[in-house]
Amino acid sequence: MARMKFLCDGERCIHCSGCVTACKNEHEVPWGINRRRVVTLNDGKPGQKSLSVACMHCSDAPCMAVCPVDCFYQTGDGIVLHNKDLCIGCGYCFYACPFGAPQYPSTGNFGGRGKMDKCTFCAGGPEADHSKAELEKYGRNRIAEGKLPLCAEMCATKALLAGDGDMVSTIYRERVMARGFGSGAAGWGQAYGEQKRERAREGAGAPGKDK
Amino acid sequence: MSRTILAVLLLVLGLGMAGPGKTGPALAAGYDGDVPTAAQSDRITEPESWRAIRQGEAGYIGGQPVARGVLIQSEGEIWRNFRNGKLAVYAGWLLIGVSLAIAAFYFIRGRIMMEGGPSGQTILRFNKVERIGHWLTAGSFLVLAATGLNILFGRWIIEPWLGKTLFSWLTWAGKWLHNLAGFVFIAGLVMIFFLWARDNLWDRYDWGWIKGGGGLLKKGVHPPAAKFNFGQKTQFWMVILVGALVSSTGLNLLFPFTMGDIHAMQVMHLIHAALAVVMVLFILGHIYIGTIGMEGASTAVTTGYVDREWARTHHAAWVEETEKGEPKAAE
Repeated sequence: MARMKFLCDGERCIHCSGCVTACKNEHEVPWGINRRRVVTLNDGKPGQKSLSVACMHCSDAPCMAVCPVDCFYQTGDGIVLHNKDLCIGCGYCFYACPFGAPQYPSTGNFGGRGKMDKCTFCAGGPEADHSKAELEKYGRNRIAEGKLPLCAEMCATKALLAGDGDMVSTIYRERVMARGFGSGAAGWGQAYGEQKRERAREGAGAPGKDK
Repeated sequence: MSRTILAVLLLVLGLGMAGPGKTGPALAAGYDGDVPTAAQSDRITEPESWRAIRQGEAGYIGGQPVARGVLIQSEGEIWRNFRNGKLAVYAGWLLIGVSLAIAAFYFIRGRIMMEGGPSGQTILRFNKVERIGHWLTAGSFLVLAATGLNILFGRWIIEPWLGKTLFSWLTWAGKWLHNLAGFVFIAGLVMIFFLWARDNLWDRYDWGWIKGGGGLLKKGVHPPAAKFNFGQKTQFWMVILVGALVSSTGLNLLFPFTMGDIHAMQVMHLIHAALAVVMVLFILGHIYIGTIGMEGASTAVTTGYVDREWARTHHAAWVEETEKGEPKAAE
């Protein structure tokens, strides 16, 4: 079965923020929340490089491990999703996440957090596919339509790749071979590298999501 | 460190994890084309820049909080491993161990009785203000401990038989109770500090109490003590010091990112959780000795009055002192 992965090619990203905009628009993400962001390293200096980053849907997802109410689940194709009805907004997933993916609408006093929001790999949530509830809580479910995440689809330079991990890495490897420089996929080691810790993905707790 | 170097090497050589049999010729050997000069210099700096990313170097990010410029914060892994690992494991075993030790103490030593049985005469031990101070601290602590332990262990212990939805609701309510009870706890802590700090300073009876093992080990042994004995003093200063630390780290967690960045939050959380467990362990002993462990003790914080015989057994010096000034004997 396919294992979905993101990869951002630092040699190609031009910091146009098209991915960020596409994501916000597609999912109608609330004000103040950006599921995806673009970071520029060495800004204005030699070796400047931009990278687009969002939830990487880790193999052994730290968010999933630390959630006190166990609201996360991983689909059969490796996408890490969460149930907003269960989330209590404690913020632990944000402490644990290497990529700073979880975000919270701020509600109430004491820096009270609302229910966590993060990239879904355009795969919605636990509700029925294409239901109104799913759309409102998690955004559109493109995976159920047989489509890939819009951020990568929209990427003008094809810096951001999303899809089956084997295919993504094949494309990237061919690219690196052809151009002869610029290898190194940011975050891959962190997200997918530690094979020995890879969770057995039986897709538990994902009603109707696993094929 | 060696893991980082290994990761960088893998990245430089291409995607080592892409799967066996599909890797093709090695990059360095396979490539023979023209390489732009700018890219050549880029290739030299690349491993360093990837390493910097892994070590949390922040880049520029437009229109969003500066902290979001960090691409990878590896400290989260440390936080996760400590919380789900050492903290949960040691806290779990200590809670079980101390509970068993207390049970064993009860069966071996038995209930600590008043010498000569209750006299029927009572004297005032804690006035109303003192009792309010005790219960502000104690009541809120019970709520804080229960809801806090639920955050750490509930997923493994309570969720399986309550179901995800009910458990999530319970934990959500618990989180709010925890947040609010924290302020009550701080109020109680301040109150008991001012009420009892002076009575909890070292005095001439303490050394004798320590030498006599507090009378805990042998039946019929009751080293004299003033209002509080050395054991109670230890408990008191533990509550004040650990309580202050747990409170201040708790406030830091309650107002996220106002007093520090994410790494500060992680450290504060671990200190908060670990010390809170220490406090729970101490309080288990306190609750035991205040209720089933000792005859006649619990009324001190309920009605405020204790049997005169209880006081003479456990706080001989205190009885002498109070009765010398003004006889407070009632009924």
